Amino acid sequence: MSLDKPLAGGRLLVFRHPAVVRITHWVNLASLVLLLLSGLQILCSHPAFYWGETARFAEPFAAIVSEIGNDGEPRGRLIAPGVNVDTTGLLGASKNADGLMTSRAIPHWLTLPGELDLGAGRRWHFFFAWLFVLNGALYLATGLLSRRLQRELVPSRDQLAHIGQAVRDHLRLRFARGEEARRYNVLQKLTYLPVVFGLLPLMVLTGLAMSPAVDARLHLAMVLGGRQTARTLHFLCASGLVAFVVVHVGMVILAGPVNELRSMITGWFVIKPAEEDTP
Amino acid sequence: MTAPTTRRAWLRGGLTAAAGLAVASCDKLTQSPQVNATLDGAEALNRRLHGLFVGRSALAREYDRSAISPDFRANGTTNPDSEEYQALAADGFADWRLQIGGLVERPFSLSLAELRAAPSRSQITRHDCVEGWSSIAQWRGARLGPLLDQAGLKPQARYIAFFCADTLELTLDGSGDYYETIAVADAFHPQTILAYEMNDAALPVAHGAPVRLRLERQLGYKMAKYVMRIEAIESFENLGRGRGGYWEDRGYQWYAGI
Repeated sequence: MSLDKPLAGGRLLVFRHPAVVRITHWVNLASLVLLLLSGLQILCSHPAFYWGETARFAEPFAAIVSEIGNDGEPRGRLIAPGVNVDTTGLLGASKNADGLMTSRAIPHWLTLPGELDLGAGRRWHFFFAWLFVLNGALYLATGLLSRRLQRELVPSRDQLAHIGQAVRDHLRLRFARGEEARRYNVLQKLTYLPVVFGLLPLMVLTGLAMSPAVDARLHLAMVLGGRQTARTLHFLCASGLVAFVVVHVGMVILAGPVNELRSMITGWFVIKPAEEDTP
Repeated sequence: MTAPTTRRAWLRGGLTAAAGLAVASCDKLTQSPQVNATLDGAEALNRRLHGLFVGRSALAREYDRSAISPDFRANGTTNPDSEEYQALAADGFADWRLQIGGLVERPFSLSLAELRAAPSRSQITRHDCVEGWSSIAQWRGARLGPLLDQAGLKPQARYIAFFCADTLELTLDGSGDYYETIAVADAFHPQTILAYEMNDAALPVAHGAPVRLRLERQLGYKMAKYVMRIEAIESFENLGRGRGGYWEDRGYQWYAGI
């Protein structure tokens, strides 16, 4: 490639991410963080999940319960299939900004705004939902039209054939070098694909399904199995995205945070030479 | 080894500063009028897009009897404590009269029996609360459109306001009284009814007896309970705190289709 720049020690500086990918990546991060925090604010007003069209208040699928203990102090509990744990301090009861234990599903430092304010939470959520959707549409449109997404994210036959080796390399934290480092490895592709084409679009669909007006036209809630199912899936998809981000950031740190961050900010990525004798 | 150390120190210092700034500026940001006005822009966009895309006539989904919730929750006021309301309730709302006025040619009032005789509709629909839960019930009520036609809306009328018997917050100026406003177009939607019946029985007090608004396709807080008076208006600026409803005055969105 004409853009490659040789560096000392056989390393190679290659152009990895075009501007549209870098910009949409960071806009996506910002909007997802704000959507998560405002979403948790909205959750505080009814921290229980159900399956189907309606709420069966007495038998939620999962719920954060706020109670008052024998000592008169607020306590919190998380109930989910096979789970019934005291979560005082985090879920159901947590200290407010003044250090006072208060009954609320999610702590103030994880909600936007910090105070309990459903109307404000919804205002932030629906604003950044637009940013998220428009940004995602730009990423998908440019990626699909340039065929970059197909090229970068679909695993090749040889990658799929050697998936066992890829898993072993990952577990030993051996990261790709040389020519192999020019493309995503098969585990990256098999993670990015369902996130980009599964989790993220499902966030939008389950979100739209909860709108009574949109539902009158599209019947999305019915298609998804009911409005409460849509709401539960919306939360589970958000949890899936949080899990993805945790692993993603972990991998960036392990693979070399400076190189990885540089590549997502400037586009330039350093590839180490393909030598087998390094530890 | 100096470069990574300084880099790390710089990074750590930067992160600490950023976190401190974030916490300090968060409250300022969420309370700033400019920020909130910007965020409200999305609400206007949603309302317009829904108007274009969902349209005036699309019906909210209706369900079978088997879908009716056994545990339909009653939110907000569940028994208005004013003497006036309690007196009306004591004799089954025989003395209740619904006033229809404001920007209309022929203001009039009707009794509950007269309302029951007006053109009606029965529907089994899902009630979506802003909090996130949903319940399904059967509702029967007088269609609002024909009643407004009977009164004859003046051309300036843009909204229909509902004044209710319940007071959610005690205030000296009466701004704690429940009220709601909806667009005229939504008032004429076929599923918009003044419901006097829930699940084949008289509307219970907890759910807004004698009459509550059903505005399918929007959230529950729009569906005023304990309706006493209906007015056609040009603007809701002078009602309550001027944002179009009890909960809107306390930060909820006027358009509740989302």
